[in-house]
Order: sequence, then structure tokens, then C-alpha cells
Amino acid sequence: MSSRRIFARPARFAAIAPYVWMALFFLVPFAFVLKISLSQTAIAQPPYEPVFDLTAGWDALKAAFAALSLDNFRLLVSDDLYVFAYVRSLTVAVTATALLLLIGYPIAYGMARLPKRWQAVAMVLVIVPFWTSFLIRIYAWINILQHDGLLNQILLALHLVSQPVVWLSTDSAMYIGIVYSYLPFMILPLYATLAKMEPSLEEAAGDLGAPPWQVFWLVTFPLSLPGVGAGVLLCFIPIVGEFVIPDLLAGSNSLMIGQTLWLEFFTNKDWPVASAAAIVLLVVLLVPLLLYERLQKRQLEQGG
Amino acid sequence: MRKLSRLSPFNIASLALGLAFLYLPILILVIYSFNASRLVTVWGGWSLRWYHEFFNDRAMIEAAWMSLRVAVTSATIATLLGTLAAVALSRGEHFRGRTLFSGMLYAPLVMPEVITGLSLLLLFVALNAERGFWTVTIAHTTLTTCFVAVVVQSRLGSLDRSLEEAAMDLGCDPVRAFAMVTLPLIAPAIVAGWMLAFTLSLDDLVIASFTTGPGSATLPIRIYSEVRLGVKPEINAICTLVIALIAVVIVIASLASKLSSSQGESAAPL
Repeated sequence: MSSRRIFARPARFAAIAPYVWMALFFLVPFAFVLKISLSQTAIAQPPYEPVFDLTAGWDALKAAFAALSLDNFRLLVSDDLYVFAYVRSLTVAVTATALLLLIGYPIAYGMARLPKRWQAVAMVLVIVPFWTSFLIRIYAWINILQHDGLLNQILLALHLVSQPVVWLSTDSAMYIGIVYSYLPFMILPLYATLAKMEPSLEEAAGDLGAPPWQVFWLVTFPLSLPGVGAGVLLCFIPIVGEFVIPDLLAGSNSLMIGQTLWLEFFTNKDWPVASAAAIVLLVVLLVPLLLYERLQKRQLEQGG
Repeated sequence: MRKLSRLSPFNIASLALGLAFLYLPILILVIYSFNASRLVTVWGGWSLRWYHEFFNDRAMIEAAWMSLRVAVTSATIATLLGTLAAVALSRGEHFRGRTLFSGMLYAPLVMPEVITGLSLLLLFVALNAERGFWTVTIAHTTLTTCFVAVVVQSRLGSLDRSLEEAAMDLGCDPVRAFAMVTLPLIAPAIVAGWMLAFTLSLDDLVIASFTTGPGSATLPIRIYSEVRLGVKPEINAICTLVIALIAVVIVIASLASKLSSSQGESAAPL
């Protein structure tokens, strides 16, 4: 028996504590979301019914199960507010992810072309803002974008505008905030694939007479697709559920699903509908989530 | 022959603009935290006025203290759980329920925070648990365990396993071999994992809002409610202090990873 195998047994026991923790605080809570999404709103504490009472016996439990219904999901589909919120979330996420790719790609490309020593420095510089609180970074933008903020002061001083421009509480402000917050998530996976790429491939294409844009479009970009995929998914998934950035920077006229969920829960105290909205959000995100997992698995197999 | 892989002016410009975009807003915030003027946007000379204001704001100090306690406790539990999980996944070979285990472990990494927060709140309500310090700590531990596991697992993966095997050939039992050989080698990654968990907990607003109770707001919750009411110069000072704290944490983390690379292994990511 090799020592490797001997090591495996105690290592398996190491799984027990995290296993129990994650089952208790990650898996079980989802069962509650699912159950409450099938319940009805009630003026009670907790504000939903039926409440399962395990001490009341089998018949009571069966009656409680019978009282579960899909009404909340029907409401979500028929209520324009929710349909708009989901559509808006997806639109914002697609637009913001496209912007991130456009802005992040040249930065990652520039990083990958730096001398090795400087690449490490550039990577630290990109990661550091990720360590800085996102709420603080959004707040920093409020300072800049508000009516008499720095951006308007500069624009007025340069006589580019004659009146202060309304930036805050617009979609542009929200997109600035989202792009700013998620840029490291786009740059890092792009950089990882671009830095690994063999430069001789680009040189060969150039030697064979391809102009630079063709080299990029026919050689560099296709080879960087795994990084593009990882970056796009890493940004897209959390942006769909984004709550704080649209709440602080966008106008109040159209909400994203994260905000709607939050309002339903805290302001309207409609827990069953909020739970149903959460389940639908999860189902919507399941497609990119599964894609992401498959991509990761493939990269692991390639030894990335 | 033209070398395409060379750094072009376009590369340099996009890098410079990108880094300026990332850093200028934070720099402006830090500078304005020393502004003497009551108006956030008018420069009135250097002053520590807003730092004084913060240290006299009892509710803010309490929230900061709550955040620090939650961050230290949850980062410590998450580091323990995450390290155990990483060991199980990289050394346990194939055990029963391995797929479910890694699925559960890594799901919070990509799950929207509103869903994680909502589901934990529903659990705490069902358990009739009093919401406050412990519920937020449990929620943050659940969120950050996977980050620790990722960092430690990648370090364990790059480790030469013959070292462990040699220790066992020399008569160590596996637990001893792990404690005497593996643990010191992955220590820098464990430190880095703790730091990451600490800053993530300090940063979290959404999950904390769902899982905390009345009277025990964390710093982000307080900052958020202030910011929604309008810009206050005091917030600049608090944010600068948080940035300074995180800067210290980053320096320690980078020293830890430097330590690991000087031991002849590649540095831990992050």
C-alpha cells in the first residue's frame, strides 16, 4: 500500500466539518427558500403560511403540504413589474459585460506584452482595487458624479459644457459604477490566457503578410477565447443579481431584479413572492453557471 | 521583420488609462477626506476635522467594532473549514459525496448575494435564532470558506507530494506528516486565505443586511444608509480609514506570499 493511499483516509475525515457546515448553512436554507416560495403571504410571524409543525403529526404535515401552491410563480409571470425587472437585469448585464470586454481586453493585452517583471507589478496593481471595499469605490464615484462634483467642475472649467450635466441617478452612472467594480474580474482571466499565448504564433502570421488587425482577429482573439469566456461569465452572473450599484447610481424608475427582490422582502414583507423571485433568478442563472463550471473543468483538464 | 509581440504605444496608453481609471477615484476620495470644508465638493484646505467627527460618532464606531469582530471571527472559522476542505479535496482522493461536497463548497462563489442572504435569513427565522453578531458571522463564514479553500487548494496542488511521502517513509503517521511537513509549507496560503476572508467579510453589505438584527449593524450597513441619505464628508474619512486598514492587510499578505516564494516554491495566488 503506497503512502499516498494511507494519507487519503485521514484526509477524508477532514471533509466532515466543512461538509456538515455547508450542508447546514448552504443546502438546507435553499430547501427553505423553495418551501416558502410555495407558501402564501400571511399577516403573522413569520409572515407566511403554512408553517410546518413537525410535532403536530403526520396528518397535519400532509395538510400543510397540500396547502403549498405555485401561485407566487404565476404572479411573477403575470406581473409586468417582475417581467420588466428580469428583462432589465439581463439587458444591463449584457451591456455592461460587453463594455467590460471592450475596456478590459486592451488593458489585459497591454499587461501580457510587458516584460515579465513588470507583468507581476501590473497584476498586483489590478488586484489591489478588488481588495478595496466595493461600497467605498461606488461612494467615490458619487463624489465625482454628483451635481457639483469633480467631473462637472472639470467640464465647466474647460468650457466643454455651460451647465452642470446630470450624471448621478442615470444609467450612464450605473454603467460607470458596474464597469469600475467588475473590471478586475474581466482583466485577470483575459490576462491569464494572453500571457500564456505563444508570441511566435502572432509573429508567424505577421511574417506571412497579415496586417496587425488580421493577426489580432484571426490569431490572437480566437486563442484567447477561454479567457474571454471566463471573464464574461465571472462578470455577467453577479451583475444580473446586482443590487447596490443600481440602487446608489441609477435612477429609481426601472429596477433590476436584485432591487425588486430586496424591496419585496424588506418593504412589502412579502416573503413568499421574494422567495419565488429568488428561485426564478437562480433558474435564469443556472445556464451560465453550468457553462462556467464546464469551462472550469475543461481548463483544469488542460492543466491550466 | 516586424515584431508584433513588442509593446506598442497603444498597449502603453491602454494600460496607463486603465490604471488611472482604477486608481483616480480612490485617490480623490482620500484627498477629499482631509478637506476642511463642510461642502464635499468645495476644497477648504487640509484638515482632520472629519476624522474627529468619525471618532465622536458613537453609532459609527459601534458599527466598525461590530464589523471587525465579525470579520476576525468568521475569517478564523472559514480558514479552519476552508483548509480542511482543501485538504480533503486535494488529498482525500475519491470519497463518498465528493461531487456534492465540492459543489456546495464552490456554489457561494458564483451565487448572487441576494439569494445567499435571503436563504440564510429564512433558515434563521425558521430556527427562531436571534439575529445579530452570530448570525452574520455564520453567514460570512459560509460565504468565505470557499475562497479560503480555493487559495489553499491551489497551494496544495503545487506542492511536491514526495515530501509528505518521505516523512511517512521515515515513520510519521499521516496526521503527523501533515502537521510537521505540509502545514508549514502551506502556511503562507492559509494566511492569505484568512486575509481574503477578512476583507470580504469587512466588505459585505448585502448578506449582512439580510442576516443581522436591529441594533447590530455592520459598518457597510451604516455607510450604506448614510450614503442613501446624501453625501457626508465624514464618510470620506471612514472610507479612507478602511482603505488604510486593507492596505496594511495587503502588505502582510504579500509579505506572507513572498515568504512562501523564498522557500523555493511558486508564490500563492493573490
